[in-house]
Amino acid sequence: MLIAARDLACERDDRLLFSDLNFQLAAREILQVEGRNGSGKTSLLRIVCGLALASSGGIYWRDQPVERVRTDYLGQINYLGHHAGVKAELTPLENLRFAQALTNPRRDVDLGAVLGRLSLRGFEDVPCRMLSAGQNRRVGLARLLVSDALLWVLDEPFTALDRKGIADVEDIFLEHVQAGGIVILTTHHTTRLDGCTVKVIDLSAEVPGP
Amino acid sequence: MREADGGLGHVFISVLMRDLTLAFRHRGELANPLMFFVMVVSLFPLGIGPAPSTLAEIAPGIIWVAALLASMLALDAMFRTDFEDGSLEQMALSHHPLSVIVLAKVLAHWLITGLPLLIVAPLLGVLLYLPDNAMVVLVLSLALGTPVLSLVGAIGTGLTVGLKRGGVLLSLLVLPLYVPVLIFGALAVNDATAGLNVTGHLYLMGALLVLSIALSPLATAAAIRVSIG
Repeated sequence: MLIAARDLACERDDRLLFSDLNFQLAAREILQVEGRNGSGKTSLLRIVCGLALASSGGIYWRDQPVERVRTDYLGQINYLGHHAGVKAELTPLENLRFAQALTNPRRDVDLGAVLGRLSLRGFEDVPCRMLSAGQNRRVGLARLLVSDALLWVLDEPFTALDRKGIADVEDIFLEHVQAGGIVILTTHHTTRLDGCTVKVIDLSAEVPGP
Repeated sequence: MREADGGLGHVFISVLMRDLTLAFRHRGELANPLMFFVMVVSLFPLGIGPAPSTLAEIAPGIIWVAALLASMLALDAMFRTDFEDGSLEQMALSHHPLSVIVLAKVLAHWLITGLPLLIVAPLLGVLLYLPDNAMVVLVLSLALGTPVLSLVGAIGTGLTVGLKRGGVLLSLLVLPLYVPVLIFGALAVNDATAGLNVTGHLYLMGALLVLSIALSPLATAAAIRVSIG
């Protein structure tokens, strides 16, 4: 088991979002987190990354609590939140280079090819503020391909992408999973991730609304 | 293979270069603290009168207070945009120590907002009839003092970056910590004007600088983790 959540609970402003949440994922598995708006999907992902604290329970990486193996664990995470961390003043290439410096970089990556894969060829040197929302999302997603991290934690990765973009990104996920990685994602979109184990948790079902 | 080793030095340089690049693409904002500094200082002779003896007497205090305010004015921008577009989260999620990243960001911030003050300060000294023998001490005290202001300010900025309007709270948090720097900085220049020995003041400011380089990045990193949590 690479990553496991045990008895997670999360409260926001005295409201219980979920409790007794358990899951475990091995290599080559995808976890799709579902739930209505405000059901705690983003909170769950932030807890998994260690950006936020759970009210109780914990996350375990290779059967060790993540607090104890923090540096190792962070080296294995690639997180893409609502705000993709793309600097509007920098070009896609500069953004990618900086992302590479922050993570465990994958060996021998051709940044031009990575941007080409996300249909950003020709925009390498255009400041990101001149690009569309979908293209900015692609710059954020390109970061996944330059790091060596096993665990991808993605909050609504398909937002603002066109149909071709969604298909491209799904291919990238499948490739990562087949290479032994894990993807945890939230989406309202029906994914076409055949050929690998997709686990689903529905947070709406955890705690009935007041 | 420096590029590929992904070591701490590489991260430090990457963050530093990135922040400097970002600053130079916002050239308009770049000049703000400097303009403020120059304007405040040059208004004093107009308000008080051009008598050289009066101006020379209050020059150290005016220049130091203006430098302090200019540096505080620029603080809020240190982490603001990175917080808003999610870059700060990415930095916090890096397996490299956040404190090293923070130190690089503070250094970049000081190079942009603090260093120009040092360069203009002698000019403003001349404007206020500061004696020549105090010029070197003025620049030295600012060189030791303004980095402390940036480093201490970073802690407050890290704590308040999550708030929509953290400006007033930020000043309340960092002003008391700025006071020792102001006292020793202005005192050093004053004593230099009177021809006294100022090594003691400068040593103390050096000690403050070393202390804040060692401790402030750790505190700032912790503050940022609280803010984005």
